[in-house]
Amino acid sequence: MSLDKFHEIEPYSLSKDKKEEILFSELKELTQKHYESCPQYKNILDMQNIKPSEITKKENIPYIPVRLFKEYELKSVQDDEIFKTMTSSGTSGQAVSKIFLSKENTLSQTKTLTHIISSFIGKQRLPLLLLDTEMVKKDRSMFSARGAGIIGFTTFGRNTTYALNENMEIDIDKIEQFFTEHGNETILMFGYTYMIWQFVVKQLEKRNIHFNIKNGILFHIGGWKKLKAEAVDALEYNKRIQGVLGNVKVYNYYGMAEQLGSVFVECEHGHMHCSNYSDVIIRNPKDFSVAEFGEKGLIQLLSVLPVSYPGHSLLTEDEGIILGEDDCPCGRKGKYFKILGRIKNAEIRGCSDTYEKR
Amino acid sequence: MSNLEKYTNAFVEAFEVTPQDATNLKYQDIKAWDSVGHMGLVSALEDAFDIMMETEDIIDLSSFEKGKEILSDKYEIDFSK
Repeated sequence: MSLDKFHEIEPYSLSKDKKEEILFSELKELTQKHYESCPQYKNILDMQNIKPSEITKKENIPYIPVRLFKEYELKSVQDDEIFKTMTSSGTSGQAVSKIFLSKENTLSQTKTLTHIISSFIGKQRLPLLLLDTEMVKKDRSMFSARGAGIIGFTTFGRNTTYALNENMEIDIDKIEQFFTEHGNETILMFGYTYMIWQFVVKQLEKRNIHFNIKNGILFHIGGWKKLKAEAVDALEYNKRIQGVLGNVKVYNYYGMAEQLGSVFVECEHGHMHCSNYSDVIIRNPKDFSVAEFGEKGLIQLLSVLPVSYPGHSLLTEDEGIILGEDDCPCGRKGKYFKILGRIKNAEIRGCSDTYEKR
Repeated sequence: MSNLEKYTNAFVEAFEVTPQDATNLKYQDIKAWDSVGHMGLVSALEDAFDIMMETEDIIDLSSFEKGKEILSDKYEIDFSK
């Protein structure tokens, strides 16, 4: 099944057996492709005595630690085919991941993200309020994950408005005007988890300002590490957002710079979902064996998108639990899971949700 | 102004190119037509023809020629007028 076929069916429609078959053949093919085209990847597999042609099930698709993208330039295309190099915007002084994207890979990422997000918000573009500063797109040569995420999201919107000014201060007048103009429509919002908390929720609370959105949808991404430190969980987060903004459906999603496009979105029941394009395996951190549903372990992420770099099967530094498969009350097929956060002793790693105080 | 002129103008405005250069353009051919510039082009086209494009069509809009095809097929813009 080519990727076009994936784009033609509903993104959460494949149930276990069908998905197993389709995903495995795609991933095996990708393993073979990267083995042939990326010398470092070949070395990794050779060292473990893995032959792509002999892999018989999904669990045996080799995985590589996500941090390898910081240490090596892993690419499966010739330099002249590299269309864009993505970097994760790690905090200063830390190594950043470098992801080499071909034109084909960029396009399939965009198509996949669109397909997934549209299944939540519909095909029509909605008035978009970005809970960030326009500065992220000013320096276009610096293509960080944060800027790319923002710009990527503008495709879903119209009348795009930035809620924060260049000093990361919330621009009340601008937002008020935006709500006056679009108050009767469904309003789409996007931003990074912690920045929304820090620069929108807390600021509005402090100034005792409450907006009254009638029908809003907020997508946010970026991780919970700093919020955990403030003892804020998803429930509290959503409640406080609704407190300052009004009737807003809040969707958290999860994705990494190393696998852009095939994101995982949390449904109305608080479950993170794999789409047709992706899958999750939980591994026991002691021996890397496959954990049962309900068992805590390291998250391995599989995606059918990476063709220009060997990122189709990655071992993350995040811990999680698989909650079930195909039977979430929201009706979406595929595995659903919960992310527990970064494992202890993992290298401290920034992500796109960073803002350095000057 | 004919529809083709309006269409070409949107490219000229969005990317600061000459009408001649506009007709051969493809996405990412020039620095100005990157992902940010792309949304600028979309606004210019939407304003020029008073339409609202769907997300899918924005993504498919990969060249000057492709855009004409999308606008005439899905948004009933007649380029012979």
